[in-house]
Amino acid sequence: MKDLSTPKAVKRYSAFDNVLTVILAIVSLLWISPILIVFMNSFKRKAYIFRNPFSISAYELSEGFDKWMSGVKKSWFGLQNYINGINKTDLIKVFGTSLFITIFSVFLIILCCSMTAYYITRVKTRFTKIFYLLCLFSMIVPFQMVMFTLSKFANMLNLSNPVGIGIVYLGFGAGLAVFMYTGFIKSMPIDIEEAAMIDGCTPIQTFFEVVFPIMKPTTITIGILETMWIWNDYLLPSLVLNINKYRTIPIAVQFLKQSHGIIDWGAMMAVLVLAILPIIIFYLVAQKYIIEGVMAGAVKG
Amino acid sequence: MIPTTIAFAIGFLVPFVYGIFLSFCKFTTVIDFKWVGLENYTKILYVNGKLDTTFLHSLWYTSLFTVVTVLIINVVAFAIAIALTRGIRGTNIFRTSFFMPNLIGGIVLSYIWLMIFNAILDDYSKTIVSTQWSAFWGMVIVVSWQQIGYMMVIYIAGLQNIPPDVIEAAKIDGASGWKLLKEITLPMMMPTITICTFLTLTNGFKLFDQNLALTGGNPAQQSELLALNIYDTFYGTSGWQGVGQAKAVIFFILVAVISVIQNKITTRKEVEQ
Repeated sequence: MKDLSTPKAVKRYSAFDNVLTVILAIVSLLWISPILIVFMNSFKRKAYIFRNPFSISAYELSEGFDKWMSGVKKSWFGLQNYINGINKTDLIKVFGTSLFITIFSVFLIILCCSMTAYYITRVKTRFTKIFYLLCLFSMIVPFQMVMFTLSKFANMLNLSNPVGIGIVYLGFGAGLAVFMYTGFIKSMPIDIEEAAMIDGCTPIQTFFEVVFPIMKPTTITIGILETMWIWNDYLLPSLVLNINKYRTIPIAVQFLKQSHGIIDWGAMMAVLVLAILPIIIFYLVAQKYIIEGVMAGAVKG
Repeated sequence: MIPTTIAFAIGFLVPFVYGIFLSFCKFTTVIDFKWVGLENYTKILYVNGKLDTTFLHSLWYTSLFTVVTVLIINVVAFAIAIALTRGIRGTNIFRTSFFMPNLIGGIVLSYIWLMIFNAILDDYSKTIVSTQWSAFWGMVIVVSWQQIGYMMVIYIAGLQNIPPDVIEAAKIDGASGWKLLKEITLPMMMPTITICTFLTLTNGFKLFDQNLALTGGNPAQQSELLALNIYDTFYGTSGWQGVGQAKAVIFFILVAVISVIQNKITTRKEVEQ
């Protein structure tokens, strides 16, 4: 058996371990195959997507290689699906809207909630105590509970635009962020702040120059969790935003399906690929932080 | 502090309190309402004196869906986590690919699978919404695919937190394989298992995007989970917003009860340790 306590020692793989590697390799390939299938189909003509979903060719390989190759040509549609998809959804603008909303909201949540959490842990009044409890409470309330009233109020207050929705996200997302920041600040020794105060820092200086840098791991965790939520969120923006003017990626994808339920699958494949691609790139670049963020978030949440 | 308070009031507090108030009113907008008492709540079950089972069906369907997904997701995620903490070759690549679907949002994810399901079922002249059960298993597959990677990461974190000396001691005492898993690993993992169980439980109850995109509640509202049922009541027919809000209050109470139970269990565990 393998020695768990000294992972740095030269490892000998048992036969079982090697079998496991092979099995997992197959399973994980199957696991991401839906993404690969969509990618492949995004280059095919509409008619052949449903007829031969798992092959690039219109014919079976058993019908001979030449026929198979001609089948590839027959179903090949080049980048036409992409052009259709981008035109139909106005994808470039949609992408910009999604990017702006996500970055702006996450920035707002991090800035406001870190300061709020700092304030309510260090200044103890009845108001801050009640505020903290309300934040905890808001975490268990499902969105459907406030869906109707929230979207109507947002419309009345002119928040139906990408800037306004940031304020809505700050309000609805404050619970988790304040909760996680508070948890971290409570475990932070107060001496550091006192030292900074003695050195002549104002409370605001203390916060930005001393406290905020120390909170960096929590900030990363919150940033990742909130980004994953806001980037993929469908219901809140579809109700709050003026969707004739502003659409996020999930809204654009959903609206490719027309009211009578007909979908242009060629364009859909291309849009799906374009929707997934930035996520995968972001994931591969920031993988370490994402996985750590999820681990930390689960333990605290 | 002040901006957060204002945003919190707009984004949560006022809509929440007002939502509870409106559940006792007949309304179409937030400024035009009439107090009707409990009428909205009775209308969930009785329409014109007749029993309406749509909501009850949805409640039952959601519960079944939640139980099935909780079991599948947790068992598979735990198994993969065990395999990936043995230190075998390729661990990092496997972890990367298992986690990947999780980052893709519910809507995009559902259309990927809708295409695959319907392409396969096309050969049998069926679609995913041919019956409520094909819709059911379709959603189970999509949701499992999405969440197994997430839970796997949490289980891996839990497994790595088990002190190696405990395992070592058990091995010296002659435990191995199943026995080690059953007597040492599982009990030590109980806090993590509790977290994951409740995460999947609330995710199952609150599921909306996948339901909307994959089945849209078809056939004939038979595959509607609670969240979509509430949404349809609000925006499907005019004049029913009050009933929708009343359903939302009940939905909130259900989710809140689950969360309170979870909280009780985790705090009790912490005291014991």
